[in-house]
Amino acid sequence: MSRALGPFGAVLRRDLLLAWRGRADVLVTLAFFVVVVCLFPFGVGAETNQLRSIAPGVLWVAALLATLLSLHRLFAQDHADGTLEQLLLSPEPTVLWVVAKILAHWIATGLPLVLVAPALAMLFDVDQGALGILILSLTLGTPILALLGAVGAALTLGLRGGGMLLALLVLPLFVPVLIFGAGAVDAHLSGTGADAHILLLGGGLLGALALAPIACAAALRIAVD
Amino acid sequence: MLYAEDLACLKGDRLLFRGLSLKMVPGELLRIAGPNGFGKTSLLRILCGLAHAEAGEIRWNDRPIGSDREAFHRSLLYLGHAPALNDLLTPLENLRFACASAGDDVDEDRCVDALVRIGLAQQLDLPARVLSQGQRRRVGLARLFLGIRRTLWVLDEPFTALDVAAVADLAMTLSDHCDAGGMVILTTHQDAPFAKPPRVLDLAEVAV
Repeated sequence: MSRALGPFGAVLRRDLLLAWRGRADVLVTLAFFVVVVCLFPFGVGAETNQLRSIAPGVLWVAALLATLLSLHRLFAQDHADGTLEQLLLSPEPTVLWVVAKILAHWIATGLPLVLVAPALAMLFDVDQGALGILILSLTLGTPILALLGAVGAALTLGLRGGGMLLALLVLPLFVPVLIFGAGAVDAHLSGTGADAHILLLGGGLLGALALAPIACAAALRIAVD
Repeated sequence: MLYAEDLACLKGDRLLFRGLSLKMVPGELLRIAGPNGFGKTSLLRILCGLAHAEAGEIRWNDRPIGSDREAFHRSLLYLGHAPALNDLLTPLENLRFACASAGDDVDEDRCVDALVRIGLAQQLDLPARVLSQGQRRRVGLARLFLGIRRTLWVLDEPFTALDVAAVADLAMTLSDHCDAGGMVILTTHQDAPFAKPPRVLDLAEVAV
């Protein structure tokens, strides 16, 4: 048990420590999220009913873009300094530490978005009862974004112009998450109930958790070849 | 035992070498020689299973390394060109992470001892970004001084940026590892004082 946890725990601990020491990067992602959300009322006008109706979509799109912005950091540093080669030479299963890296990345970049989202939702005068659904949908949805994005980040690792390619590659994959994530809050507000959306997001998360790390590990092996 | 048979390496559209075979038995120290750009690093990466050979097969204890990757990597210690240091972590944190992620159970005291032995006693708590090139190199090499049971050491330019005393110390450690039944494959452009002269494989002499 402790041996199986070895690389997983080591990578998780190290990446969280690195996120803490380089917390300026994390704060930039969070600030980006807040600024993008706050731009919308300037663009579409401060009409309360309109803001209320676009709020879930705006929050979700902003969370998606903020996730995208931080994705290139996931493997880039380790690739540049040779740590990735050492990790790939670890006798332990590759998916184990890949999951640890993605989890640490989500805790450092996805979780803060989930935590500030309710405050931003209140700026848009979203119904208090819907805040719980918003948090739940983001809690289930942002890890899917991190998992899918990690595959894209691994595939574009070391490529020139990788950032742009990464966006093109993963944004289409993010669409279902966006539809069901933002749709959950809308469904709750319209009274049909968000159960179906939340269950689909949960299923999506389990599916991504099962498949994305394997794809990611294969892509990383190709990236160092 | 490590067998490589009929290896070929293609970089872009340039054939670096082909028909390269080598065999390593316990206690052997092999030096890969050759001018820059002849595929020394590529060969080491192929032997480790990091890079893909265009042709040929590599066997570790009579099994292809791809079929039993975990057993092979449990016996392998590879130190590449990049020292695998994160600038925000201290040498001690870097070394402990390198061991833990490789599945080696090494406690903090042994890591400290290894770093002190290699001359980094003053730098244990400094972030790696303030270290000099030679000191960064040493942090990577510290894994060799931990006494971890890994049979095959593959080292890419281990002597680069080291001072004379460190070169001698490292050469002695490599010789000791071979005497204890280990195997070392390394590339270097400089002469190091090994206990006995290493076998040399010159890539310039391998026919393309």
